[in-house]
Amino acid sequence: MKPVNQKAWLLVLPVVLCVAFSAVLPLMTVVNYSVQDIISPERRVFVGTEWFAAVMRDEELHGALLRQIGFSLAVLAVEIPLGIALALSMPATGWRSSAVLVIVAISLLIPWNVVGTIWQIYGRTDIGLMGAALAKLGIDYNYTGSATDAWLTVLVMDVWHWTPLVALLCFAGLQAIPDAYYQAARIDGASKFAVFRFIQLPKLRGVLMIAVLLRFMDSFMIYTEPFVLTGGGPGNATTFLSQYLTQKAVGQFDLGPAAAFSLIYFLIILLLCFILYNWMQRVGTASDAEVSHG
Amino acid sequence: MDKRFRKRVFFLALYLVFAILPVYWMINMSFKTNEEILSTFSLWPNDFTLQHYRTIFTDESWYSGYINSLIYVGINTVISLLVALPAAYAFSRYSFLGDKHVFFWLLTNRMTPPAVFLLPFFQLYTTLGMMDTHIAVALAHLLFNVPLAVWILEGFMSGVPREIDETAYIDGYSFPRFFLTIFIPLIKAGVGVAAFFCFMFSWVELLMARTLTSVNAKPIVATMTRTVSASGMDWGVLAAAGVLTIVPGAVVIWFVRHYIAKGFAMGRV
Repeated sequence: MKPVNQKAWLLVLPVVLCVAFSAVLPLMTVVNYSVQDIISPERRVFVGTEWFAAVMRDEELHGALLRQIGFSLAVLAVEIPLGIALALSMPATGWRSSAVLVIVAISLLIPWNVVGTIWQIYGRTDIGLMGAALAKLGIDYNYTGSATDAWLTVLVMDVWHWTPLVALLCFAGLQAIPDAYYQAARIDGASKFAVFRFIQLPKLRGVLMIAVLLRFMDSFMIYTEPFVLTGGGPGNATTFLSQYLTQKAVGQFDLGPAAAFSLIYFLIILLLCFILYNWMQRVGTASDAEVSHG
Repeated sequence: MDKRFRKRVFFLALYLVFAILPVYWMINMSFKTNEEILSTFSLWPNDFTLQHYRTIFTDESWYSGYINSLIYVGINTVISLLVALPAAYAFSRYSFLGDKHVFFWLLTNRMTPPAVFLLPFFQLYTTLGMMDTHIAVALAHLLFNVPLAVWILEGFMSGVPREIDETAYIDGYSFPRFFLTIFIPLIKAGVGVAAFFCFMFSWVELLMARTLTSVNAKPIVATMTRTVSASGMDWGVLAAAGVLTIVPGAVVIWFVRHYIAKGFAMGRV
């Protein structure tokens, strides 16, 4: 076990100070705004929980929240299986492995607004490859006009952008499986599927949890890509939570309600994060116990 | 067996095409003239031009965006690593009061939507008189980069046997001397990976960078969001600017390609 040493706090202190400056201080400001009606910098009135009540009743917010949850679930449903499949088919050694890794990872390095720009062009039926190809196939595709098309385009864009993250995590997980496991499976005459189901999948559990956690949280905060691609439209078909908040806070300068909304948003994420983190820990230890007993 | 292998390669190839095509399309567009982009549909530039790149390298409002981005990303990466290194060491080597809680609290910051902090950051940096400076953006980005750096470094440090520390202390090394001359060289790869991820996440972030800057520190990502000129959208320049934003990441990824996958999963596989 690690030795107990309270002086280690001194080493952690700089991080705590940095994060306090960039997270706790701003969060306190948000709390402060959320209970006041700010008419001008000099004139502000204490309103208590009025904004929270108003935000809770906000129909538009409910819409944005539902769209957000639907989107995040769709993202997980597509990216996790696809990422696993991709990791399984990536070559493990040699120059091919390096080349595939670099090509797969490249979409992660593109600034988020450029991702939006790329897809904005790519999906146009007149000048974009995908849009033109779909139009040639006789599909009536128009991501600026049709809500379904816009939503699907944002989803495909996110799959393109973030599946590599899941794939890289799973790839690292697969590489960590000792050869002895595969040898044992070969002696038992296990099928490919059995190897996947009883060796690879359980061993991937740890990294899959991180992948699910990261993808869920990040898709819950998505802002830049849909903002550039569709601007939240048509109508508000692709207006997710972050964008709705930004519209309120920066666009309309409704400080009080925006702050109350921020806090609720933050609490939702914190709650989901806490549940997932604990679940992840429990599943992780449960599987370890299984392995050591079995 | 052979058939299955072929199926696998086919799937991989299909995905790689899916991954590459959008990027190819942007590169393709950046070498076309604006007339060609808007009037004809072509799979490669018929009328090859470097005009858009020339515009970016000669127009100050464009190239200063790249310089501004590189400055604040650099400051951010340095600060993140400097504060994260000792903290990650503490987390990997000792238990202390509230260590698990602090670690979880750090992770929650990684998961806070930047949009929540827009307003207070605006207020905070206005009060401090730091609006539109590189350091403001660098400090704001610490929000998600410091937890990430601590997380990655902790994983790599836990992979170093504790006997090394103990031997060094017995040999009379002080903590700073041991840390700088023995320990950091041992986790070079980890420092590289952490630096890479800090660089990347700060480089790709738009929302905060755009809110905290107006002219002097305006990043390239913000410049790109308004390329609508009198004659409509300047797609060619936009595509060229996009291609140039991929270059730094693509260069760095080549150096850390063996560690990228590990960096994310370190200590958890």
